[in-house]
Amino acid sequence: MSVDEGMASQAAPRERSFWTADTSVRSWLLTRDHKRIGILFLVGTSLSLALGGLFALLLRLELLTPDRTIMGPTTYNKLFTQHGVVMVWMFMIPAIPGIFGNFMLPIMIGARDVAFPTLNLASFWVYVLGAVVTLTALAAGGVDTGWTFYVPYSATSLSAVGWTVTGVFILGISTIMSAINFIVTTHTLRVQGLGWMQLPLFVWAIYGTAIIQVVATPVLGLSLLLVGLDHGFKLGIFDPQYGGDPIFYQHLFWFYSHPAVYIMILPGFGVISEVVSSFSHNPPVSYRLIVYSTFGISFVGFLTWGHHMFVSGMSTFDAGIFGLLSMFVAIFSAIKVFAWTMTLRGGAISLTTPLLYFFGFMFLFVFGGMTGVAVASESLDVHWHDTYFVVAHFHFVMVGGTLTAFLAALHYWFPKMTGRRYPERLGIASSSLVVLGFFFTFMPQFLLGNAGMPRRYYSYPEAYQWLNVLSTGGASVLACGLLLTLSYLCVACVRGAPAGDNPWGSRCFEWRVASPPPKHNFTELPDFERGAYAYAEEGGLP
Amino acid sequence: MNELFRRLLMLPPQASSVARDVDTLHFALISVSVLGWLGVLSASIWFVVRGRRTGENGAPRGLRKFPSWLEPAVIGALLSGFVGVWLIGHAQYVHIQTPPRESLDVYVVAKQWMWSFAYEDGTASQHDLFVPARRPVRLLITSRDVVHSFFVPAFRIKQDAVPGRMTVAWFRATQPGSYPLLCTEYCGLSHSRMRGRVIALEPAHFEGWRRRFIDRDRPELSAISAGVGRARGATDDLASQGERVASERGCTRCHTIDGTPHLGPSWAGLYRSQVALQDGRRITADDAYLTRSMMDPLHELRVGFQAIMPSYLGELSAAETGALVAFIHSLERAPSAPRRAPLPYPSTTPVVVPAQRAPGKPGDSASPQLEVETIPTPATERP
Amino acid sequence: MSRESAALASQAEPSPYAQPETRRAALTLAIWVFLGSETMLFAGLFALYTGYRALYGADFAHAAAFNEEWIGSLNTFVLISSSFFAAWALHAVRAGRRVMALASLCAVIALGLCFLGLKSLEYYDHLSRGIAPGQFYTFTRLPQHGARLFFTLYYFMTGLHALHVIVGLSIMAWLLHRVHRKRTTRERHVELELGALYWHLVDIVWIFLWPLLYLIR
Repeated sequence: MSVDEGMASQAAPRERSFWTADTSVRSWLLTRDHKRIGILFLVGTSLSLALGGLFALLLRLELLTPDRTIMGPTTYNKLFTQHGVVMVWMFMIPAIPGIFGNFMLPIMIGARDVAFPTLNLASFWVYVLGAVVTLTALAAGGVDTGWTFYVPYSATSLSAVGWTVTGVFILGISTIMSAINFIVTTHTLRVQGLGWMQLPLFVWAIYGTAIIQVVATPVLGLSLLLVGLDHGFKLGIFDPQYGGDPIFYQHLFWFYSHPAVYIMILPGFGVISEVVSSFSHNPPVSYRLIVYSTFGISFVGFLTWGHHMFVSGMSTFDAGIFGLLSMFVAIFSAIKVFAWTMTLRGGAISLTTPLLYFFGFMFLFVFGGMTGVAVASESLDVHWHDTYFVVAHFHFVMVGGTLTAFLAALHYWFPKMTGRRYPERLGIASSSLVVLGFFFTFMPQFLLGNAGMPRRYYSYPEAYQWLNVLSTGGASVLACGLLLTLSYLCVACVRGAPAGDNPWGSRCFEWRVASPPPKHNFTELPDFERGAYAYAEEGGLP
Repeated sequence: MNELFRRLLMLPPQASSVARDVDTLHFALISVSVLGWLGVLSASIWFVVRGRRTGENGAPRGLRKFPSWLEPAVIGALLSGFVGVWLIGHAQYVHIQTPPRESLDVYVVAKQWMWSFAYEDGTASQHDLFVPARRPVRLLITSRDVVHSFFVPAFRIKQDAVPGRMTVAWFRATQPGSYPLLCTEYCGLSHSRMRGRVIALEPAHFEGWRRRFIDRDRPELSAISAGVGRARGATDDLASQGERVASERGCTRCHTIDGTPHLGPSWAGLYRSQVALQDGRRITADDAYLTRSMMDPLHELRVGFQAIMPSYLGELSAAETGALVAFIHSLERAPSAPRRAPLPYPSTTPVVVPAQRAPGKPGDSASPQLEVETIPTPATERP
Repeated sequence: MSRESAALASQAEPSPYAQPETRRAALTLAIWVFLGSETMLFAGLFALYTGYRALYGADFAHAAAFNEEWIGSLNTFVLISSSFFAAWALHAVRAGRRVMALASLCAVIALGLCFLGLKSLEYYDHLSRGIAPGQFYTFTRLPQHGARLFFTLYYFMTGLHALHVIVGLSIMAWLLHRVHRKRTTRERHVELELGALYWHLVDIVWIFLWPLLYLIR
């Protein structure tokens, strides 16, 4: 039995877990408990992932043949737009912070909840409101502008632009509410004696993400507001007919949307840091560098938005600045990859599903990151911009990075949240399906981009068909893997074997409380003297 | 080596002066990246394998510190590599964005969902951009409505077409041929059908093509006018000429001739039929209506169709207009057999550069004998 | 069950804060972060304005001449005064002087309403001349593109600011109520601190708007 488990069982008889403390519907929907709010976000974001994934599958089915397969061009255009909107704002941005940030962060700093529990609840319901409004656009006929809402097309499109921009605006408000909560919690609720440089890396990741969210999201709100007004009232802020400049919209939009991609990946980085340490039973190599690189990304990430606009008519001088800064931001991710790899060295490795997802992450994200350096090269981007190469790049880092990290987090913290184990063999099987399925979905798209197939294309020249078919095949495998994961996790919630408080033998702080935790996280404050990564002490495995 | 990489990575032929250099950077970057990626993966797998063997029995782990110079060395190497890539990429980008001084200027106007081109001497064309091979061509690009993007994969060039602005691109085609042109900024319904070709001709042929279309008395008229009627001799009847004009001018992108519903009203059975207009009137589609529809299409919009047809006033000559009307006449009793499948990418007929010269004027120096030349449509295009 | 866990179980929602001081620190940090967020909102707008100013230069200056300088400057004075009174109200509460606090808060609200009134007058004047945003613009005395865009931005920027003023006034009214009911006291007045901070931001935004929209030549 682990040292931690021994201590826990000698303490007072356990409180009921947060699941059973109060079981009325009202106690769930109006909860102030950060753990329950995390579970609510889990339900909301998982539904969004499923919806966005369904859109993607339909798209890929349509792309099986060069012309019409199952839908017309208008439906296709609406589907890819909605796939992007739902995935970015209803899944990628809220998922890891909303679920695991909410659940783990207070426990990791020894607090009983976040700084503003009611604000936390509100952030969930604002998320729901934003999601409902965004999805109302579907009922209103759908929106077909692309998730980037470029003007003048989005100002003139007859589709449900107004609903969508309003919904996303509201989702942005939810984001800012959560971010303020995390920043203040990390600053003010750390247990006595826990310094910044002793925090788990996941906390740093959530904190860094929250800073980006607070600074960048208002600019998104502004862009959406202006597009909405242009669309609804022809205010012409970006309309050349009225003296406006469509390029200014692009600047405003990308000023937010480039940091947004770091909002999406940084929490994933935090998960990966935790997973690699716990499953190699090693402290993370270069803890400080990982922290500094998080802030490097947060800061420099704001200076690189122009690399989305190399062919919009930018001056070569400006392009040079953006290109160079984009290279700098890449180095911070490289630092982390180095640190994670070296953390494995000399470790006592437990080959489990979370670690397999770690490998999937390294396999896919590193490749995706390198293609990021490639598209940041100005001359190469001239060819690749707005082709499938870019689509493949961002899916490698977003899906191969963030989704893989999300799945790693789900499995890593499953025993923590539910007190049960998931079936390990099924986990290994589905993670293989997910990683391989993903690879075959998006690797052909690099080649499609090289060949010159533009993105957002409903019909395409016949020579591109076999790559599209291969990509759709991969997507089916990916979907199977995800569905399998969903199934066994749901079953394991109720029928999984009991896990004990710390089945992985991790040293990190959240494992020092019961699994699942009681309503107020702990009966007695756990020991925070021993560090979150103190694996070298006490010799041997727990 | 270059060719091997190009085929492996499925890049199009390197048909412009910049393509080869850009591809070289590409190949170098991909190679180093893949090696680095494999390095990271191998290291990880190695550490895991080692960890599995020693970890299970709880044996104390050995010295864990790796050499302290390793981390700065790796980061330094990566940073230098990234900056080096930037230097090369930026230099190439400056070259791609800076047209040479002695370029042939072409004005490119993008519009939902077609490309039109105009030269300084009044020559004009649509969908197909004719250029001389081996000479630099500067494109002055704008859009009439939303943002589009001018993309020729074989040239490795791209530039957005922004309404209210003029953007510049240039290229030098290294050999004659026909290269696909695609719109690559999402612009609505037919974004994926907004395609064309860049047709590079031998400089002599290009001059011939251009000169043939300049009527010295009426330089304001569009290029093809002089060619119609003379390309295949006067034996062609007007309706057949109209069929050719319809194809060359891209009318068939939006209008079918067999009754299949598409973006514009089908011409099958159109002539002398009753049409319902959006202003409530019902009129007969006679010659006058057909002509008005070409010159001022949005004035009498038919019920059930969007206001997207451009005006051809000043673009079609009288001869071409007449030919089109005659062609629509000939379809009065055409069977209306709508297909379930939508239209494929409209036909791109081979471009014919006529053999005979334009009727000479006194003092005309002998213009070079032009061959009948059919520029093959590339295999990547759907017929 | 131990006494401690029994106590815990019976507690409805224990505060996450170990001490009340922490709650105050948390709220203060939160409002600063939120104000940072609001600053970014207006910063984006200022950046847009700057971009268009660079594009249209002289047109903007000509158009700005149709914004009455006196009304803009008067509004600036009104807002700065209201900020002064907001700070004064906080000082009064800290000194325990309830009546003075109430008077100061009333002054803030009055001045804020005065600001909105002046703004409405301005809007009315502009609209009656045909100076309206976007497609509704019909003022032909000025060059079309630049002036139209200037005024569209003018309406949007001042409109967004006015919305923030309205929210600020609502907060001030609520604070007035709390001081009146003695719920905001010398001992517990963090909400007044937060409200005053918010009002100061609204003032500062206007101080940036004023030269951009009224004083450029």
